[in-house]
Order: sequence, then structure tokens, then C-alpha cells
Amino acid sequence: MALDAKIPAGPLPEKWTKYKADMKLVNPANKRKYTIIVVGTGLAGASAAASFGELGYNVLNFCFQDTPRRAHSIAAQGGINAAKNYQNDGDSVWRLFYDTIKGGDFRAREANVHRLAEVSANIIDQCTAQGVPFAREYGGLLANRSFGGALVSRTFYARGQTGQQLLIGAYQALMRQVQLGKVKMFPRTEMLDLVVIDGRARGIVARNLVTGKIESFIGDAVVLATGGYGNLYYLSTNAKGSNATAVWRAHRKGAFFANPCYTQIHPTCIPRSGDYQSKLTLMSESLRNDGRIWVPKKQGDKRPPDQIPDAERDYYLERKYPTYGNLAPRDISSRAAKQACDAGLGVGPGGLGVYLDFSDSIKRLGKNAIAERYGNLFDMYERITGEDPYSVPMRIYPAVHYTMGGLWVDYNLMSNLPGLFVLGEANFSDHGANRLGASALMQGLADGYFVIPYTIGDYLARGGIAKAGTDHAAFKEAEKGVEEQTKTFLSINGKHSVDYFHKALGDIMWSDVGMARSKESLERALKAIPDLRARFWKEVRVPGAGAEFNQELEKAARVADFFELGELLAWDALQRNESCGGHFRTEFQTDDGEAKRNDDEYTYAAAWEWKGAGQPWVLNKEPLVFENIHLQTRSYK
Amino acid sequence: MRLTLEIWRQKNANDTGRFVRYEMEDVDHHMSFLEMLDVLNQRLIGKGEEPVAFDSDCREGICGMCGFVINGHPHGDQPLTTVCQLHMRFFHDGQVLRLEPFRAKAFPIVRDLAIDRSALDRIIMAGGYVSVNSGGPRDANSLLIPKEAADLAMDAAACIGCGACVAACPNASASLFTGAKISHLGLLPQGQPEKLSRALGMGGQHEKEGFGSCTVIGECAEACPKGIKLEVIARLNRHYLGGSLSFREAAAGGGAG
Repeated sequence: MALDAKIPAGPLPEKWTKYKADMKLVNPANKRKYTIIVVGTGLAGASAAASFGELGYNVLNFCFQDTPRRAHSIAAQGGINAAKNYQNDGDSVWRLFYDTIKGGDFRAREANVHRLAEVSANIIDQCTAQGVPFAREYGGLLANRSFGGALVSRTFYARGQTGQQLLIGAYQALMRQVQLGKVKMFPRTEMLDLVVIDGRARGIVARNLVTGKIESFIGDAVVLATGGYGNLYYLSTNAKGSNATAVWRAHRKGAFFANPCYTQIHPTCIPRSGDYQSKLTLMSESLRNDGRIWVPKKQGDKRPPDQIPDAERDYYLERKYPTYGNLAPRDISSRAAKQACDAGLGVGPGGLGVYLDFSDSIKRLGKNAIAERYGNLFDMYERITGEDPYSVPMRIYPAVHYTMGGLWVDYNLMSNLPGLFVLGEANFSDHGANRLGASALMQGLADGYFVIPYTIGDYLARGGIAKAGTDHAAFKEAEKGVEEQTKTFLSINGKHSVDYFHKALGDIMWSDVGMARSKESLERALKAIPDLRARFWKEVRVPGAGAEFNQELEKAARVADFFELGELLAWDALQRNESCGGHFRTEFQTDDGEAKRNDDEYTYAAAWEWKGAGQPWVLNKEPLVFENIHLQTRSYK
Repeated sequence: MRLTLEIWRQKNANDTGRFVRYEMEDVDHHMSFLEMLDVLNQRLIGKGEEPVAFDSDCREGICGMCGFVINGHPHGDQPLTTVCQLHMRFFHDGQVLRLEPFRAKAFPIVRDLAIDRSALDRIIMAGGYVSVNSGGPRDANSLLIPKEAADLAMDAAACIGCGACVAACPNASASLFTGAKISHLGLLPQGQPEKLSRALGMGGQHEKEGFGSCTVIGECAEACPKGIKLEVIARLNRHYLGGSLSFREAAAGGGAG
């Protein structure tokens, strides 16, 4: 099937302006006649729901947590990028656009990324107006810090809690609309199916997680802002509840899933300590502004770090990438850490760690300056590991963090299913094969505050949405499917818990579809995943009942979807015979171990089409056309 | 290390609930408290029993979803730590730990250790925001904010909405939570136009939800995993009083206040 990205004509810097001039508008008095369903309350979902309410639409907003303020955007630590050029260091919309395209290893759509860079500055203005307490200089102006993959200082922050503060800003705007009656909030409610009527997304079937009641909701459009799928690896920096069920059920209803193999492994996480480990904790990339990464030069060097002299340390990022040094992008830094550990140079238990050392910065700037910048992160590290990073270097190791892939969307952020819009991490659109630090917050809020309020109006104003109710056969059928799945889970009564299978799936994914992939490892995974899935459906045990608060039942449905998505991820990685960004195929690397792209054959987005359970997916390709920049080998040397 | 857990089990809001004893062998010092409960739950599922329900999401101490009382202390007795960030090296062999939900009239129990904290959302709904729509506000740097004000606002804005302050308070007051939001917005120029009406709205909702009044005992600040200081309650009271005086007539007339 041909995919139309609906990119407006004209020169790149004028596309969005022209789009806004040409789009259809909904009469203000008619907005209250439309209902928009928004699933998710992270930065993208909450900002979209609040903005829709402000415009006058009726909004139904869902989240699985007990309150919208818990969404996992809250955990983002380091910052948010914006092309403000407040530091007078040469930043511009063009430079942010270019850095993002290059950071994504030339696998993102030019027009979307340019729009993102254009609206980035508005986000800082908007959030400041809401009362987000961004860090300030003594003169009262906003402060900036640097982040990986950029040579300008364009990252705005609120201590190490930028995501929290931006989310609280969006949450407060959302709560204001709830108070005004424009948004109806459904916490502890999980979407379990998408309902399509006459080819348009019209509603969802959801489970009330407290009572277990299955309910249908209808609207004129459905917006999914449900985050990424990193948790299919079991161990990741995602929240325990983060899941792909909403996007996956939409995929099964016809929405294409694009580039699932682009997964981001974050270089600076606290290493795991045992089998009971339930998640991995990230240490913000901003630490790499002042921390130096190193391993001992000698294999099996067991001396304490402070007894290893400088000459016997390998500051490998500074050595390999002198221009960017410790601020090399995430994919590159992660792979370099893996290479060091694979070579037997790793530190800590099992040799799965590298040092992130602040002693030079503490000498240069003093302990107080470092505490001011990173105090809460240092505290968090000490609480988890029992070690004081002011006196001993941190030990870090890469962990699954973010997924660049997601549901395919056009320039309007609409999937191939009319009426289904996808925002933030849940879509595939802006980060190509690798996301730069401090760009996830930027994208979530750009989509929610400044893009979707325009593009959804254009969709609604074009009309053609038939009258329907939740008594429509499509709703009844979806409800029945959800109820049957619940019954199946409760009746298997096998011998293993949901977590047992989730961990086993995670092991396959991490070892064979993780930081480095090969044809051989992927083919192994493509055999192991369906085998394990078959066992899951025969041997899983879900205790309790359907009509009650049942956390095992919630997990079972999410893991069932991870099995299918994990398989698709491996297929996508297998068809992409190149290395780019977060997708590294060991067969495709340069002599010095860098990713080797194949632009002639793979400059496209891979949009996968579901053909039914047990059927192979069909690959649709959206060619990526670069009219404004020249594809080059990505170098940070 | 061996531990004995006495955990509050309650099937739903209508059940009466009771403590149930569980013996834990081989607890690893590096585990987090919630990982220790994960291990217990896996064992219970294996035995065909129902696992203990408890809320958690980010497990990094920032989302505010986790929280229960350990031996009388919300989130346990380590300062500035949520229960998801509490590690087992702070406990010793043979300890008996009593786990119960955050208890308050305004926090109905959902199941076992999981509670309903939507009352806190409704307090925010009653004015915990700056009334500004998405659109084209002025350039962020055209508003100068002294670093000290931004830092103090940030201290208050660090609240994660977990409800530990309510659980710690003998009056089950949510004044620390409410005061934190009043302070975050009230310390910034953006929050000035609605400063007094915000305090009136949020204070009024606090009472409506059935939270108790503050008698300045200070247990809340002691229990707060984010170090919110008691002074935020003084600011809440000051703004509330100011609001009561300024909006007397509107309030008397049944207005928005």
C-alpha cells in the first residue's frame, strides 16, 4: 500500500506556516459538538487534552495510573531542548533541525523535524507562563545546559526534575479543564481495544481497573499518547506500568507500526544487582557535562578506582570522539560501553559497568557546585547503591530507555486509519533511528500544545463522520473480544506467573535483539519468541477474578501484546540490512566499529501491516526524501 | 536476612480487612522494599494464593504512585525516601514489619495497600494552576525571575502528590500538599493574579474532601519524601486569610471567590 505522508508543498521553512494558513477550521460554536478521546496523560496526552478543552472540544481522557500526574514523562530528568539561542552560541531553528536529523542518523522525515524545531521555542514560553520553575541565572534569565549530540547549550531544565515540572504544568492545565467541565477524566482505566466504524477510528473499549467493568466510549476522533514499548525487554528505565497495549490493539485494528527496531539504549543507568531486579534507574545524561567516563586499561584490574593512576585509565569516549567526548550521542556511548565490557574491561559485579567519575569536576568547581547541579541525582544513586558518588565514581551501564519506533503517522500526526492520531513516544515520527537527549519532552509538548490542536481541527472540519453510538456492532464485537481474553487468562491456571514469562521474553530480547543484532541472533529470536508465546498461552497463571482490582490480569494483557510486538521488532531488525542509530547489526560496521548505513537501499520508514494472528506482517515503505540536507556519515569525532 | 511481614489484606472498599503474617527467608540487602514484595507475590501466586496489591509505577521516587506505612512510618523511616527507593540494607535480620495503607477518611482503600487519592486531584482542580491557555504567550526571558524565587518555588514544586503527609498527620490533614502548590505558584510572578482566589478555592476543597485541619504538629514535613518544608503551610494560611478578607462579598453572595 502506498503511504501518503501528506507533507505540504513549498520550501521547508515555510511548510508549517503554509499548512496553518490553508487548513480548515472548526467554527468556535461548533467545537462543543465534537468529542475527542485522548488515551494517556503524559506530556503529549495531557497537553493535547488540556489544549482541546481550551479550544472548546469535549474531551474524554484516560490513564491507567491512579491520577494523570503519574504518567512516566514525570521521570525525565535532564531537560528540554529549544532553539532560543539565549546563550548567543550560534543556535537556530535550522541547527536544532539539523542536529535532530543527524542525531537520528538520517532516518526521520525532514518536514516533521523542522516543524518540531520551529515550535520548540514556543514550548518554553508556554511552560514559563504556566509557572514551570525553570532554572534561572542570578540576573533572572533562564539558564541552559548542554546535552549529547549538540555543540550549543540549548537545554532548559528544572534541577534534575524537568520532566516532573513540565508534566505538572500540563497536568495543572488539564485539571483546570476538568474543573471547567470540558475534560472528563478516567483514571485507573485502561484501553483494551480500538473501535473502527466505516474505516474511521471512533472509540475505545476500556477496563475500569478498580471494578473490572468493560466499557465503551465513542468520539469523533481518537488520540493515542501512550508512550513507548521499552518494557518489552522487561528491564528498562520505563515505569513498571508503561506498556504498548493501546498502540498494539490499534495496530491489530489496522494502524501500521513503523520502525519497531529503533530502540534506544541509554548509556548511563545504574547496573542491575540481582535476579529480583524490577527495573533499571537512569542517571541523567546531563551528568556527562561534568563526569568523565572511563575503564581501566588493563583487563581484570581489581584495584579501587582511586588507586588506578590516570595513565592506566582509558577515557574511551574522549579518546574516540575528541570533538564530542563524553557528550557523544546515546547510541554511540552505549555501544562504546558494551565494547569495553565485552573486551573484559568492565568494572563492578560481573564486569557489567564503566565508571562515571566526577573527581576532576569536584576539584575544578568544588563539591557545592556539583551538588547544586546534580544533588538529587547523586542522592538517588547513593540510596540505590549505598555508595557516595562524591567520593567514589559512579558505576553505570546501558539500559533500554526509549523507543523511536511507533505507530506510523503522516504530517498531521494521523495514522493510516482516519481519525486515529498518535502523539509523543507512541508515534514514530521525529527521532529517526536515535533520539537526542532532551528531545522527548520537546516532542511530547510540541505534539500536544502546538501541532495536534491545529491538525485535528482540519480533520474534523472536513466532515464525513457518521452519527453512531456505543450500541454499534463494532463496539459490541470489541467488548466481546476483550471479555473473552479476560476469561481465557483466568481459566488457563498454569504453573508460571506473568512475570516469569515477561522476564524470559526480556532475556531473549536483550541478548538477541538488544544493543547488537545479527542475522543469526535475530533468526534465533524469531524461533524462540513464538515458542515462548505458545507456552505463555498454555502455562500462565492469573489468579483472582475479572470483576475486581486485579494487577496480575492487567499485566497478562500487556505481556501478551509484548510477545507479538517483540516478534515484529525482530522481523524489522532482520529486514533492515544496515546499522543506523539504535539499530546496530554486527554485519554492517566500519573497520573501527561504527554503524554503517546503506542509504541506497534503506532510506525509508518501514511501516508494518497486521494481517491477522499467525499471518506474516506485510511491509509497506515510506521513502524518506531529503531535499534540504545532504546525507553523510554521522561523525562525532 | 529473615523478616516477618504483617500485611493489611482487604479485598475491596467494602471488606473489613485484617493483618496477615508472611515469613520471608533470604531477603537480599540490595533489593528495594518493593522488589522484596515482588518476591513475596511470586511465591503467593506459585502457591495459588492472591498476591498483595500495592501501587507503584516509576520506582525511582518521582511519580508518587507508591506508598504505604511501615511500622507506623509512611514510606518507612528513612528520611527523604519513597518506599520504592527504600532498600533492604536498612533492615536487620529477624525484624517484624507491619505494612498498612495510608489511612485517612479522604483516601478510601482500593485493595490491600492500594488507595484512592483522587481527593488530591480535586484540590488541584479547585485552583492549583495558572489560568493560561496554550497559544502564544510572551517570550520566556521577558519575565525576569530572581534565582532565589525560582529556587524556592522549585523546592515546593518538588511535591510528588504521594499522600504521605496525610498519612503522617494525626488529623489526616493535606495542608502540606496544598501549601506546597500554593507556595510553588505563589512565589512566582505568574501566580500572583490568582494568588488569593487560589488559596480560597483549594483550602475550601481541602475541607470538603474531609481532610482534617492543620494544628502545626509537623509530622507531615518529617514524613515528606521530597523535603517539603512546614513553612508552605504558613504561606497557605496567609494567602487563605488574605483571600477570605478580599473576597468576603463575593463569597457571601455565593460567587466564585
